[in-house]
Amino acid sequence: MKILVCISNVPDTTTKITFTNDNTQFNTSGVLYIVNPYDEIALSKAIELCEGGKGTVTVVNVGESATDPTVRKALAIGADDAVRINAVPRDAYFTAFQIAEYAKTTDFDMILCGRESIDYNGAQVAAMIGELLDIPSISIIKKLDYDGTTATIEREIEGGKEVVSVTGKFVASCAEGVSEPKIPTMRGIMSARTKPLQVIEAVATEELAKVIQFETPAPRGAVKLIPAEDAAQLIGLLHEEAKVI
Amino acid sequence: MSVLVYVEQVEGKFKKSVFEAVSYAKAIADKLGTTLTAISIGNVADSELNALGNYGASKVLNVAAEELKNFVNQAYAAVIAEAATKESADVVVLSNSFSGKGLAPRVAVKLKAGLIDGATELPQLDGGKFTVKKTAFSGKAFATTELTSAVKVIALNPNAFGVKDIPVEVSIESFSPAVKSTDLLAIVKDIIRATDKVSLPDAELVVSAGRGLKGPENWGMIEELAGLLGAATACSKPVSDADWRPHSEHVGQTGIAISPNLYIAIGISGAIQHLAGVSSSKVIVVINKDPEAPFFKVADYGIVGDAFEVVPKLIEALKAHQA
Ligand SMILES: Cc1cc2nc3c(=O)[nH]c(=O)nc-3n(C[C@H](O)[C@H](O)[C@H](O)COP(=O)(O)OP(=O)(O)OC[C@H]3O[C@@H](n4cnc5c(N)ncnc54)[C@H](O)[C@@H]3O)c2cc1C
Ligand SMILES: Nc1ncnc2c1ncn2[C@@H]1O[C@H](COP(=O)(O)O)[C@@H](O)[C@H]1O
Repeated sequence: MKILVCISNVPDTTTKITFTNDNTQFNTSGVLYIVNPYDEIALSKAIELCEGGKGTVTVVNVGESATDPTVRKALAIGADDAVRINAVPRDAYFTAFQIAEYAKTTDFDMILCGRESIDYNGAQVAAMIGELLDIPSISIIKKLDYDGTTATIEREIEGGKEVVSVTGKFVASCAEGVSEPKIPTMRGIMSARTKPLQVIEAVATEELAKVIQFETPAPRGAVKLIPAEDAAQLIGLLHEEAKVI
Repeated sequence: MSVLVYVEQVEGKFKKSVFEAVSYAKAIADKLGTTLTAISIGNVADSELNALGNYGASKVLNVAAEELKNFVNQAYAAVIAEAATKESADVVVLSNSFSGKGLAPRVAVKLKAGLIDGATELPQLDGGKFTVKKTAFSGKAFATTELTSAVKVIALNPNAFGVKDIPVEVSIESFSPAVKSTDLLAIVKDIIRATDKVSLPDAELVVSAGRGLKGPENWGMIEELAGLLGAATACSKPVSDADWRPHSEHVGQTGIAISPNLYIAIGISGAIQHLAGVSSSKVIVVINKDPEAPFFKVADYGIVGDAFEVVPKLIEALKAHQA
């Protein structure tokens, strides 16, 4: 079995988000980058499925050499080898196109992504890869069982879940519940240094969307404090002043 | 030229978020000076389809094929793309629901269209550019994005636009595109839905609680407060990690991002990762016994106090208010 896991390189979750160049660019100075938390879940699941010699896990990233530490981290967690497609991931279509083109060169049984990258929050790449490869894609999954040919997947829906079965190749985007993120062991970190990290060049494709302006949310006014003894007043305020109930 | 909106049905019915998507698509159609067509897939009664006219859809394409009864994004995307071509649609609108998230990217690829997921406002058409504002960095920012493709696909965030009554005459047309068997490889085996609860992603009111509640046995009062308000329940990450509450209730940077009209946070400290997913709520109420809790800095109303004393008081006051 061969599994491809798509890894994006994102700002650490504690990052204070600011912009430069007239709010047209994300300010990367002093920002710590991590493996997108959902991609860690996808990677852990892939490693679990391949345990005991049942298969191999390849991670792929679309990024420039600055993302190599994130790719090495994925190798330290337990991926067998890595591919970096050398390009700035401009938009979701560009990213998905690169990954789909690479995936065509190798016979992967499944492709796992995270539910969304926590920077641009597209939740687009997985389903786009599915479309580009003309195979099923299941978005935002909570559980994945695989018997070697058929996957039984639980996907999130409003107020519940749906159970889907797929035989043959597929793409899935993983949310919490699919697997517990694994922490790299000392041995993992040591061996990551010598695991193969192949760098390939991107293929040309059009750009369909581009961010032209960022902004941060308007600050809220000062909080109106209600004494605990008079908690009941809140209901009146929400009804008459805020008009939300 | 036209605008096409996909209307997602749940057990043959449309939810509020669908009427919102139709209202939003109608506003785009008006901006472009064109008409709005809706496409419905699955078993929906004509009376329900007619209701789409109340929000500005003048034509409804009804795809009632038996093999499309259940949602399979690959097949649904093919149908929607075919409808978009048939209607010469410039813009395709969907709801940014769980299914919408799996569907919109496939539709966009089929149409070679740029995609905005999680739109929060109407598109701007100034200077020949088509730009849309969307959430980014898990609610810590907004990104205005330009779509440079001929056809555009937009997935609208729930609760971002509101439902607007614009009644128009509506005609229903049955539409039967050919469905490839290779688009139906994902098979829906079971659908499990809790019907007695308000669903969190599109809830207008949300009551949320954190580690301050001490244990799962104390959620009775949270559920009662939510029940009285008709609100959905949510929780912080450590609460779902500890299995006090299901993962589907976890909000924040790594959980669901929501923007309800009212978010009540009880016993939640307000860590940056939590705030990321909830800070675009219209009104925020924080109940915390620690006056220094960071959550108060982004709250509209706050009560410094013990949840176990404050929440029962709120329940009582609400009962009195509703009586
Ligand atoms: C990569 C990463 C991603 C994360 N993603 C998320 C996320 O998506 N969502 C999320 O929520 N967290 C997330 N976190 C965790 C986040 O950093 C915080 O740890 C978490 O939000 C804290 O949860 P809490 O407020 O319930 O608990 P605590 O921080 O323990 O706060 C409990 C609060 O309850 C108050 N309290 C205690 N007793 C009472 C009482 N009797 N009455 C009233 N108040 C009381 C306390 O004063 C305190 O403020 C993430 C962390 C990381 C590292
Ligand atoms: N630059 C990238 N390189 C590799 N995989 C990516 C990249 N960007 C996104 N992905 C994958 O696609 C998922 C969804 O990302 P997005 O559509 O950007 O929200 C992520 O969780 C990753 O698994």
